[in-house]
Amino acid sequence: MPDNLIRFEDLSHSYMQGSEQEWLALSGINLDIKRGEFVVVLGHNGSGKSTLAKHANALLLPTRGKVTVAGLDTKDEANVRSIRQQVGMVFQNPDNQLVATTVEEDVAFGPENLGVPSSEIHARVDAALELVGMQAYRLFSPHHLSGGQKQRVAIAGMIAMRPNCIVFDEPTAMLDPVGRKEVMNTILDLNKNEGITIMHITHFMDESILADRVVVMQDGQIALEGKPREVFSQVDTLHRLHLDVPQVTALADRLHELGFGIPRDILSIDELVSYICRSE
Amino acid sequence: MSIRVENVSYVYYAQTPMEKHALYNINMTVEDGEFVGLIGHTGSGKSTLIQHFNGLLKPTSGKIFIDDEDITKRKMDLRSIRTKVGMVFQYPEHQLFGETVYEDVAFGPSNLGLSGDALEQRVSEALAMVDLEYDQCKMRSPFALSGGQKRRVAIAGVLAMKPKVLILDEPTAGLDPKGRDEILDQVERLHQEWKLTVILVTHSMEDVARLATRLIVMNHGAIAIEGTCKEVFRQAEYLEGVGLGIPQVTSLLRELNKRGFDVVTDSYTLDDAEKEIVKLLELKEHGNV
Repeated sequence: MPDNLIRFEDLSHSYMQGSEQEWLALSGINLDIKRGEFVVVLGHNGSGKSTLAKHANALLLPTRGKVTVAGLDTKDEANVRSIRQQVGMVFQNPDNQLVATTVEEDVAFGPENLGVPSSEIHARVDAALELVGMQAYRLFSPHHLSGGQKQRVAIAGMIAMRPNCIVFDEPTAMLDPVGRKEVMNTILDLNKNEGITIMHITHFMDESILADRVVVMQDGQIALEGKPREVFSQVDTLHRLHLDVPQVTALADRLHELGFGIPRDILSIDELVSYICRSE
Repeated sequence: MSIRVENVSYVYYAQTPMEKHALYNINMTVEDGEFVGLIGHTGSGKSTLIQHFNGLLKPTSGKIFIDDEDITKRKMDLRSIRTKVGMVFQYPEHQLFGETVYEDVAFGPSNLGLSGDALEQRVSEALAMVDLEYDQCKMRSPFALSGGQKRRVAIAGVLAMKPKVLILDEPTAGLDPKGRDEILDQVERLHQEWKLTVILVTHSMEDVARLATRLIVMNHGAIAIEGTCKEVFRQAEYLEGVGLGIPQVTSLLRELNKRGFDVVTDSYTLDDAEKEIVKLLELKEHGNV
């Protein structure tokens, strides 16, 4: 099996091609997502991050360049079904993604469409709901759930299709802090314990601290890329890209500037506390 | 314009199997010209409460007074209340419908009977209040604007009614940091320059900490804490217990304090926290700690 699950090669994408309103949303992106990796894509609105995400399972096709999923070219229509089985997507608005009248029917919707036999669908629905901690709600109507719960049902619907990778397009943007935490814990669990490759699109910096790699987008290009610590220590650059740095990181950066011997790449409260305790 | 809430309770689907108590005996006052932050996790009752402020919901029991007028009394003219109390719902851009920005913003005031120059005047004023250039955007489709701009057009539609009180339900949800800052800056201006009474409903502690003069924290349909930002953030354990965070720098100061360092624990802005820690580090450098 190739090490790279998704390859974006010299990918460009223009919307409304050939019309007066044509605009270039992505230009010359080169990015590989490895199997089992947890990659966070950050960027402000209009930076191209959602456009990039939609190329991962052939919802959008490249204007130039190439995207492959497990070696399959997304441009070849014969591959689309297989690609979408391997790479699932969860979107921002939980209300737009739930289709059925009960939670379990909703989770079963995907595998049913794949033609999975009904005895196996039951097993898959059970397993998927258990994984996201929603088995107690299987007979509930989805619209009576909280935002975080709805998103977890949407994620369960994806898991029931047994994808290798899930692309999350701002899944927490509409949630409160509790819902955000629920969804982020689920995403981490899928990655660490189920080995599912994750591409997580967000503008919340704090959601990327545990990622293997962070990619920052700006004007349709990759502006920064690296481990969370490498990326976050560039406080000025991130501010210029209209992104928030975690408050403690910003504070550490200021203290560093003032010459206090505090490193720039602080990511957590505990880290900063221990540096302050240590300093002479 | 003041809002006074007296012993308000609200039950959804009363006397059905779905009956759900959403508010329990709420008492609160918002004074004229105040900027109040209303916080609480999802389901705490904050959206239910604000829908009482312009008569969208009638309390199951209790009373609401707007400028000492009881709006819960029978035969109350709710139209007049709704022009005075402007409500910006969550994701207000989903309610945009006009073919042009002008049409959208003009919808409310034209229903009030305004037309011609007076209407145009209203629309251009409302757009100016949210920093949108009238001539540049009036003929544009609202759907061709960015997320933050769409939201500002939707807010302009409410401002065109010339409300005295502006209630915003999660106005920054789903926006990126830049869009969020734009909206919050504008809300601040509406409060300071246009003297609107503002009620900001949010679960973002950072947002309210920046703007509100007073906070009301809701939990399980009741008011749990009320006070200035400092007073409220001091109750960090409680806030975390009810699913609300406190600003990271406040947590940091609390942790240092726990370890025996003499720092205040109720600062919540980066600037204040920086001053406090610089003070501490300087003391340590001189060997005084």
